[in-house]
Amino acid sequence: MKKAERLIKRTLPAMAGAAAAALFLAGCGGASVNQTAAAAGASGTPCGTVNVAMNAWVGYTADAAVYSYVAKNKLGCTVVQKDLNEQVSWQGFASGEVDVIMENWGHADLTKQYITDQKVAVDAGPTGNEGHIGWYVPPWMAEKYPDITDGKNLNKYASLFTTSESGGKGQVLDGDPAFVTNDEALVKNLNLDYKVVFAGSEAALIQSFRTAQQNKTPLLGYFYEPQWFLSEVPLKKVNLPAWTEGCDSNPETVACDYPTYKLNKVISKKLDDSGSAAAKLAKGFTWTNEDQNSVATDIQGGMTPEAAAKKWVDAHQSAVDKWLS
Amino acid sequence: MSALVQERPTAQPAAVIVSEPRRRPSRRTILLLSAAAVWILGFLVLNGTATLALPASELTDLHRSLNQFNAWVGANRADNPLFLYVFTPLRSAVDAVANLFTTTFAATATGLRLPEIGWLGTVGLLTWIALAVGNLRVALLTAAVFVFFGIQGLFVEATYTFALVLTSVLLTLLLGIPLGILAGIYTRVAKVITPVLDFMQTLPTFVYLAPLALVFLIGPASAVIATVIYAAPPVIRLTAHGIRRIPDNTREASDSLGTTGLQRLLTLQLPMARRTIVMGINQGTMAALSMVTIAALIAAPGLGQTVIRALQSLDVGTAVNAGLSIVLLAIVLDRVTTAASRRAEPGAARSRRLGRRTRNIILGVALAVVLAMVQLSRTMLWAAAFPADLNVGPQIVQAVNAASHWLQSNLSLFTVSLREGVTGAILNPFQSLLTDTPFYILVMVFAIVAYALGGWKLAALTTACLAVIIFLGLWSDSMVTLAGTLVATAVVMVLGIVFGVAMGRSDRVDQLMRPLLDAGQTMPSFVYLVPFLGLFGATRFTAIIAGIIYAAPVAIKITADGISGISPTVVESAVASGSTPWQVITKVQLPMARQSLALAANQGLIYVLAMVVVGALVGAGGLGYDVVAGFVQSSIFGKGLAAGLAIVFLGIMMDRMTQAAAAAPARSIPSKTTA
Repeated sequence: MKKAERLIKRTLPAMAGAAAAALFLAGCGGASVNQTAAAAGASGTPCGTVNVAMNAWVGYTADAAVYSYVAKNKLGCTVVQKDLNEQVSWQGFASGEVDVIMENWGHADLTKQYITDQKVAVDAGPTGNEGHIGWYVPPWMAEKYPDITDGKNLNKYASLFTTSESGGKGQVLDGDPAFVTNDEALVKNLNLDYKVVFAGSEAALIQSFRTAQQNKTPLLGYFYEPQWFLSEVPLKKVNLPAWTEGCDSNPETVACDYPTYKLNKVISKKLDDSGSAAAKLAKGFTWTNEDQNSVATDIQGGMTPEAAAKKWVDAHQSAVDKWLS
Repeated sequence: MSALVQERPTAQPAAVIVSEPRRRPSRRTILLLSAAAVWILGFLVLNGTATLALPASELTDLHRSLNQFNAWVGANRADNPLFLYVFTPLRSAVDAVANLFTTTFAATATGLRLPEIGWLGTVGLLTWIALAVGNLRVALLTAAVFVFFGIQGLFVEATYTFALVLTSVLLTLLLGIPLGILAGIYTRVAKVITPVLDFMQTLPTFVYLAPLALVFLIGPASAVIATVIYAAPPVIRLTAHGIRRIPDNTREASDSLGTTGLQRLLTLQLPMARRTIVMGINQGTMAALSMVTIAALIAAPGLGQTVIRALQSLDVGTAVNAGLSIVLLAIVLDRVTTAASRRAEPGAARSRRLGRRTRNIILGVALAVVLAMVQLSRTMLWAAAFPADLNVGPQIVQAVNAASHWLQSNLSLFTVSLREGVTGAILNPFQSLLTDTPFYILVMVFAIVAYALGGWKLAALTTACLAVIIFLGLWSDSMVTLAGTLVATAVVMVLGIVFGVAMGRSDRVDQLMRPLLDAGQTMPSFVYLVPFLGLFGATRFTAIIAGIIYAAPVAIKITADGISGISPTVVESAVASGSTPWQVITKVQLPMARQSLALAANQGLIYVLAMVVVGALVGAGGLGYDVVAGFVQSSIFGKGLAAGLAIVFLGIMMDRMTQAAAAAPARSIPSKTTA
């Protein structure tokens, strides 16, 4: 009994404190600066919260930064950015964690799963960018070995590309394992004497290509447009067997080059139904590869994404107004 | 990995230790040598046949059927009763709790996204809690660290992480303490639960992220559930251990007074086990922090997201800044819970300087001040959001980036040649020794080694584990992973012996090293990857380094404890008989600490294996890559799942083999010829 008494005595102050704190918070719950300040700042129709998925390549960051900047500063939305992998982002439509994907590369399977079947997401139209994925070599190699840009000759040059990671074969350097890629299957199905090695990220891929061009070392790697880096080092594309409709439908047997991607935006059904201005902005958003590259170059040059977005928006007021009208 | 608190069968001390007279090689040695001979012969003669290599883009039927599971969940989420009545409500409930804490401390979803309690209130409140459960010193530490988060420009991220850790720890305790009590009281429960806990602790953190995200969708709820799974084992184990440790005669004394089971639990077992339970809370909290960081991959907000972004853009400065926050948060959580466990020690009350009354008055006054701070932080903007002009985060990031660029450009010749040298001279040959030998030869080799170390039972277990790996269709990838793991473990053991001996022999070295090792252990694995990625690029070498850093502190500590545990009289008599320090180390100390060394190897291996998947984020191939790729590419989801299981079976096999090696040789093989 004495023990219980002591226990009560000891926890009593803490409990009293917690109770006091609870009462205290309840008493002035309405007066929070969070709501009042926000209410004073917002004008017009409320926009609410938009969750923007942030995929890990600079082109995407550019799209998302401009979208977020406009949504936040012109529409008064609360923008929440979430760093997520490409395919994982789609799961967010189902869970409510993600409202907007700003640059989607194909993904027919996910489109079917989340837009057609589960009906939790909606296609918000093209971004205006055209995407190309392929295998590239640094320009010095294309000059020295002119026939290297024909995929049929790759086996001839395989020995040039061996590294300590490629197990005696030529190395194909890929980016993030999360990116859209058929490279493992291509190597096998085109009978190439190569091995796919992952650099891990866009930044690492760019770093490798830059060093390869500077030091004139051989490198064959996965790359894509639109991409700001191509204006710094104009990589040369290696042509694999041309893409035809349906040649890449089975990821295990694919033996053709990548298609041209009409990049599009995807938004959640929830956001679309809410009639929020953020949904309208997402649907209206469209720009060119040069626009994206200019913002991406600024971000790469050390500007924060927000500052780079502001710079672009200030210079392209009329385009932005058209998205919103 | 909290394998630290696993209860291992304590190995019998070896009967004969020093200077066994040389005689003909034991049966074990003969077996091991013949295994090596079979392996080398098999490698040379049958090189490249029956390697069971599966190209990365190819799947087996098993993987395809696991892929189907993915589609099935998507299609049945809305109407399957399992989802309708179990998973979805569970998700909402966990989400609600997580939401409560994140809106209180980090950010709300509306308005200016300010939290319910602004930064000033948060700092005040947490400091008060640290004072109430700990002491003044940890309270000041808490205040300083949380203000520093603001100065780093990471206050919101840090409080998100903190809020998720808090949620996870509360749910872990809700689940873990009752289970621990049951396991402590009923031996039968303990018997059922222990293998489950073993399995949970061998499972690399990453492996269950994909299936969890599949079932519970991405977001804080899945993150918290993953964290609870990771943090519960140490809490359950230590609670059970605390209760079981109570001496029998104490229990009998209480029983003779006629107490009922419940009375005994409340008045005897729980109070006496309190300190061990709080230690479990400490371990659980540290585990939770490291998991919450990784859970950023399934959309858990907080510092982990900052680290991942830095990892993807090779931004060493940002990674170091965020990593510093994580380490500081780890230190605060560790110190506060440790102080709380000290306070929970029986008899601690008597030695306190302040009387209870004085203490209560101080706490009361402090609480009033804190409440005023909370109120301020709800009404004043400067106290709600951390002032932006105090933020020196960008400067920290820039300075670190400048330093890292300098290092990278000046060290690149050294780092590249080191990497190429080690990869070419050690890693590649060893890897091909494993991957190019036919699988049946290797199974035979492993079985012979297992028999030599632990008899028929172990040989059967090893063969079964390998059979499962073959069934999973991932033999070749498993061998790649095994090669990297063994190389890393070998380096860990060298480090363990060198530093462990130095620490065991000199108290001063011990005092110098211990804080470093503690820091190495509390730092979540994710954090130190970025600088090494910058130095060595995304390669298997980098992944091996990451594994070494993660595992070395444990191995060093265990070795040091083994060396310093040797009776000083033995060492002194060796010195007196004219041995040089080198002779003392090699002839007396290392042989006598043999069991500690084997335990260090065991723990080192398990820790390295735990890093295999994280290592795949920086270039390791094999199973780790399969898991990571399966997580991010839905077309190979099934393969990733299978790879996760393969890691577990590889782990169980290596764990049992090293454990057997740690046990006394006389016990392992009953043989007539030797002994």
